[in-house]
Amino acid sequence: MATLSEKVQDVFNEPGCDKNQAKGEKERKKGCTKQLTPGAAAGGCAFDGAKIALQPITDVAHLVHGPIACEGNGWDNRGAKSSGSQLYRTGFTTDINELDVIYGGEKRLFKSVREIIDKYDPPAVFVYQTCVTALIGDDIEAVCKAATAKFGKPIIPVNAPGFVGAKNLGNKLAGEALLEYVIGTEEPEFTTPYDINIIGEYNLAGELWQIKPLLDELGIRVLSCISGDAKYKEVAYSHRARAAMMVCSKAMINVARKMEERYGIPFFEGSFYGISDTSESLRQIANLLVARGAPSDIIMRTEKLIFREEIRAWKQINHYRPKLQGKKVLLITGGVKSWSVVSALQESGMEIVGTSVKKSTDEDKEKIKDLMGEDAHMFDDMRPRDMYAMLKESRADIMLSGGRSQFVALKVKMPWLDINQERHHAYAGYVGMVELVKQIEQALYHPVWEQVRRPAPWETVPAITAEAKAA
Amino acid sequence: MATVNTNHKACTVNPLKMSQPIGAALAFMGLNNCMPTLHGSQGCTSFGLVLFVRHFREMIPMQTTAMNEVTTILGGMENIEQAIMNIWQRAKPDVIGLASTGLTETKGDDVDAYLKLIRARHSEIADMAIVYASTPDYVGAFQDGWSKAVTCIVQETAVPCSVKQVNRVNVLPGSHLTPGDIDEIREIIEAFGLDAVFIPDISGSLDGHIPEDFTPTTLGGTTLEQLRTMGAARATIAIGEQMHAAAIELEMKTGVPYTMFDRLTGLEANDRFLQHLSVLSGKPVPMKYRRQRSQLQDAMLDAHFFTGGKKVAIGAEPDLLWSLGNFLVEMGCELGAVVTTTHSPVLEKLPAEEVLIGDLEDLEMRAKECDLLITHSHGRQMAERLKLPFLRYGFPTFDRLGAAHKVTVGYQGTKELVFELGNTFLADEHDATPETWRDRIRTDFGEVDTASACTSNGSCASCN
Repeated sequence: MATLSEKVQDVFNEPGCDKNQAKGEKERKKGCTKQLTPGAAAGGCAFDGAKIALQPITDVAHLVHGPIACEGNGWDNRGAKSSGSQLYRTGFTTDINELDVIYGGEKRLFKSVREIIDKYDPPAVFVYQTCVTALIGDDIEAVCKAATAKFGKPIIPVNAPGFVGAKNLGNKLAGEALLEYVIGTEEPEFTTPYDINIIGEYNLAGELWQIKPLLDELGIRVLSCISGDAKYKEVAYSHRARAAMMVCSKAMINVARKMEERYGIPFFEGSFYGISDTSESLRQIANLLVARGAPSDIIMRTEKLIFREEIRAWKQINHYRPKLQGKKVLLITGGVKSWSVVSALQESGMEIVGTSVKKSTDEDKEKIKDLMGEDAHMFDDMRPRDMYAMLKESRADIMLSGGRSQFVALKVKMPWLDINQERHHAYAGYVGMVELVKQIEQALYHPVWEQVRRPAPWETVPAITAEAKAA
Repeated sequence: MATVNTNHKACTVNPLKMSQPIGAALAFMGLNNCMPTLHGSQGCTSFGLVLFVRHFREMIPMQTTAMNEVTTILGGMENIEQAIMNIWQRAKPDVIGLASTGLTETKGDDVDAYLKLIRARHSEIADMAIVYASTPDYVGAFQDGWSKAVTCIVQETAVPCSVKQVNRVNVLPGSHLTPGDIDEIREIIEAFGLDAVFIPDISGSLDGHIPEDFTPTTLGGTTLEQLRTMGAARATIAIGEQMHAAAIELEMKTGVPYTMFDRLTGLEANDRFLQHLSVLSGKPVPMKYRRQRSQLQDAMLDAHFFTGGKKVAIGAEPDLLWSLGNFLVEMGCELGAVVTTTHSPVLEKLPAEEVLIGDLEDLEMRAKECDLLITHSHGRQMAERLKLPFLRYGFPTFDRLGAAHKVTVGYQGTKELVFELGNTFLADEHDATPETWRDRIRTDFGEVDTASACTSNGSCASCN
């Protein structure tokens, strides 16, 4: 079994990642995690990333082995939706105390697994390592191995303690856990030539369900979504899919690539944000399936569906176009979402005045340049102060970003729309794009802006002073 | 009087508790132009930050020393130094509030010593206060972190003052008080002609106002100047048992005498508070509050029909539990299930049978026979499962608006609480049907079993 540091090296050395391949040997060893600046850092840790990637698996118990902070401060905080079990929203943690720190927490961990199985009987338990328990040397792999043998159920160690790196690394380490312990351990009841995996889709706000009706209509079966609205067994038999689509940037590229290597499942990188991206992804799925031996009529059927859906979506978007034409958007988000949303917004007549490329690869940046022109405003790391200034000086009409920076916009009384994990609206596929445009229109023309921007009467008319009264 | 128990499970399910460092961070957020900083991995800060943003719906200043595997093992002095210098260069705060985490406490970083060395190396930061609180994640809970941070703020900044400010009163508020609560308390104190300085004061920084310009640190809250003149006050008022340690510390350092108020929710609790202010200021209780008192009495009379005899399940940190729990009993409710997060001297005095230090799973098991659930937003799943009416109190409240402005102190705040309770029970009243009593009569009073009639020949209780 590989040690944690070997695993970290392994995911850093990802041949499927173009950015990594462009580096020299020495640079590659350093990995893709930027060294954080103490006192000027932002973002989640590796454990956070691992949890984001796996928690959408709905019917398993997610057990966090560590002090209360890791689970107590952050449980049930994401919008990944489930069509069945709600067990994934239950917060399980060993909540270790001072004595555990001194004597070790392995026994408590083992007992915790037993209690969970007795009370909740899930098909599997995922055990997450954290900083403190890693530092004191708790061997979660050994405990999980013993528990698996004892209880006859898969108990999966997810070894991504927070201090090994940032969120993105945690995503990948979570993927490694799936590859090592879950994928390929069960068999589906039957297979079809139309079975696909969707990798890196978390079903936030139910976005998978905006895509699934399209796939259903084409007769394409999502054998396994890793990990949105997934059941444990679906991930366990995902190795029988014919093709795969990798959704969220490079977060789980190691899963897609290693599944290609081990099980011969070809994959492509695509996005369901934006109309043309959605169409392109559907085409690619159909093509890959045909290349793997599916009847070729699916290509024509896909084209027909795309034709119909695009017309329908454009008709609806055109309805909003006059009000959105020329509106300036500041887009602050990470990864591949940047360019896929850029093209989507441009499609509806808006101008992107700036976008963050913090987590984007060089390839992503090229795509943004293609879309926005050479003088595209790309910010590597935009400080809140700069966003504030940009909005205050009206260089942008609306900001789209994650929840943490919303107040930068709201405090200058400018419209803002949530496009991150905690959002309440789903924006995938054709219907999702229409919804996004509708939400932007609603935000821009909301009656609240005019009211809150109007100064109080006593701030504009000369103040009634004592002298004026006397005169 | 309650028996205080701790659950004996290995696995915490659906935590009620949050960690000490973020409790400390919230206290630091009540200081003006301050940067709360956690000495730990970036995730420690990030989880807390997200939680605060969801609760307050505000920009939250919070930094990290960004410890990784290697720096943890080698010791975090360099990271602390870099963090302090980076924050100082970027934001020029008056105060850096530093709290340790489970990670750095496990390693055993001697932060007090580090800070001395860092100060010796950097004379340029001499004017900036640095307050450090030791808050391992694996000990205590959120309110303990708050309590420790405030005690450390007092230790670090309070000095005896020879020149007194005759009207000044220091107020040490517990973490269970909202910005709205603090505003209400300030208004009451000021009505007696006294000046209240809250340490810390989240009503200035987290009350949801719209500032004129962008600032990376806290905006509003207790100023460094106010902290350094705590010793000039004529008295200190501490609210909530968790502030006891800070109040004692302040008296020992400055000689300013303190008075403890265990809660400011309820009629009698506020009577005591206003009487104290009247004595302290030498002024009668203003008409405004006499009128509010009468309104509260009336509200309690109107509501008592609906609150009497109701069983309430409550999950809250000790001081919030003490405030709400006592008042519920004063309104005729029974505390049917009580779960809290950490030890406190108030727990065993609570008018309940048992107080359990545990989690929301424990509360769920005990709440089945209750009529109402009161806890923070994480109670939403169990409320749905148990089909219980649910009032959100405490931190975090992330799925309702206005958490910062909820007021439960003073006569007025108590009145609002009375109405909320009464209305919740009113909304949950079930209309009678022809079948309502049929089953009840059978089960509650027991059916007479004629088949196995008494064979004891008149010697048993039922024959007599």
